[in-house]
Amino acid sequence: MSADLVVVDYSAGNLRSVETALQHLEVRYRVSSSPEEVAAAQRLIVPGVGEARAAMEQLSATGLDRAIDEFRRAGRPLLGICLGCQIIFDRSAERSTRCLGFLAGTVERFTPEPGRKVPHMGWNRVFRRRPHPLFDGIADGAFFYFVHSYYPQPAKAEVVIGECEYGPRFAAAVARDNLAACQFHPEKSAENGLRLLANFLGWKP
Amino acid sequence: MLAKRIIVCLDVRDGQTTKGVRFRDNRDIGDPVEMARSYYQQGVDELVFYDITASAERRRIFIDVVERVARVIFVPFAVGGGISSVGQMREVLLAGAEKVSVNSQAVRNPRLIADGAERFGSQCVVLGLDAARDPQMPSGYRVFIDGGRLATELDALSWAKEAQRLGAGEIVLNSIDADGSLDGYELTLTRLISENMSIPVVASGGAGHPRHLQEVFEQGRADAALVASMVHFGTYSVGQIKSYLRDRGIPVRLE
Repeated sequence: MSADLVVVDYSAGNLRSVETALQHLEVRYRVSSSPEEVAAAQRLIVPGVGEARAAMEQLSATGLDRAIDEFRRAGRPLLGICLGCQIIFDRSAERSTRCLGFLAGTVERFTPEPGRKVPHMGWNRVFRRRPHPLFDGIADGAFFYFVHSYYPQPAKAEVVIGECEYGPRFAAAVARDNLAACQFHPEKSAENGLRLLANFLGWKP
Repeated sequence: MLAKRIIVCLDVRDGQTTKGVRFRDNRDIGDPVEMARSYYQQGVDELVFYDITASAERRRIFIDVVERVARVIFVPFAVGGGISSVGQMREVLLAGAEKVSVNSQAVRNPRLIADGAERFGSQCVVLGLDAARDPQMPSGYRVFIDGGRLATELDALSWAKEAQRLGAGEIVLNSIDADGSLDGYELTLTRLISENMSIPVVASGGAGHPRHLQEVFEQGRADAALVASMVHFGTYSVGQIKSYLRDRGIPVRLE
């Protein structure tokens, strides 16, 4: 049986907070690790907290990598969150892992410096780089909650829709066609985050 | 710029929030779920809940509180109190917490930090560290466990470094000397630990006025500050604390 909205479960951390946010938004969803259900979804969220290599190995072992790719090629809306934002690029510096390659670019590690701790943990501002429905009704420079040690570095600047600064400026949100992803956790970013999730649920790319 | 986080701490006993002074004389002050909702509306950045009963038979009451909190707030929260196994970590994470705080049990079994970090990621594992001044220790501070009742042989700075090496993602540093005093954080201790860590350090113990947070961010170099009494008893709202800090040039999330 297919569901409109599917949250991909690929054993990459706890999905509970994404679920409670979706429940709060009163939307029906299904958590699934089945490649068939993922490929057949109308809308897909790829969350994830954890480590890139383990995530990619899990996706590949279960066939979910191909299912997500098939879903994406069908042109339906996909949202990657945190690790789910990193693995859509070509490669991650985290144990030099080859990723899904939906967007050209790499994922790099923050270097700790005096006064700048790693992980980048907490609330930081996201500045718009170009308009996108994901940010409808959200102020430019609004705060979102981050927790990560690696950050996306897209090859093409035009995919960056939101940017954040933590030492280097990095892509906090990216989008191209039916694909969108954010490095921060909208499900833990208070009202701005809930708004962004609601925007995704209504997005018609 | 990364905002300095204001974290509200709730001690939970038998399903009720409670507050004591210097780890003693606790009294009940309200329903933790309602308090969490209220702090969320005030713009708190994060919450931490400690199960201060932590007895096996009362565990279920606490887990139920965690589950209900997760449904009403959409900011991160940590849970601690008596957690001694990866299985218990999993239990609170599945109940909806983002982070698990370990303290006494990590001193007794440091592998707990490594096992938790390996299983759930470093970002999930917080070390709670209770320290008190002791000139006999190399850093000047000794680690205490069991709610401040039991002195260990550990030096506070060495233990913080060891916890970071084992995979802790953050340290909540509580000064036993300052706890509940409302006289301000222990700035020397906070700065000592924070400057020697590459992971975030949360200052805890002693906050009574917004200027104490300013001090601990500026002089103590803390990445976040824990507050309890000063907000629980209605003296300040989270928004008032943040406005105070913003007006003094400290980056805070205020929208």
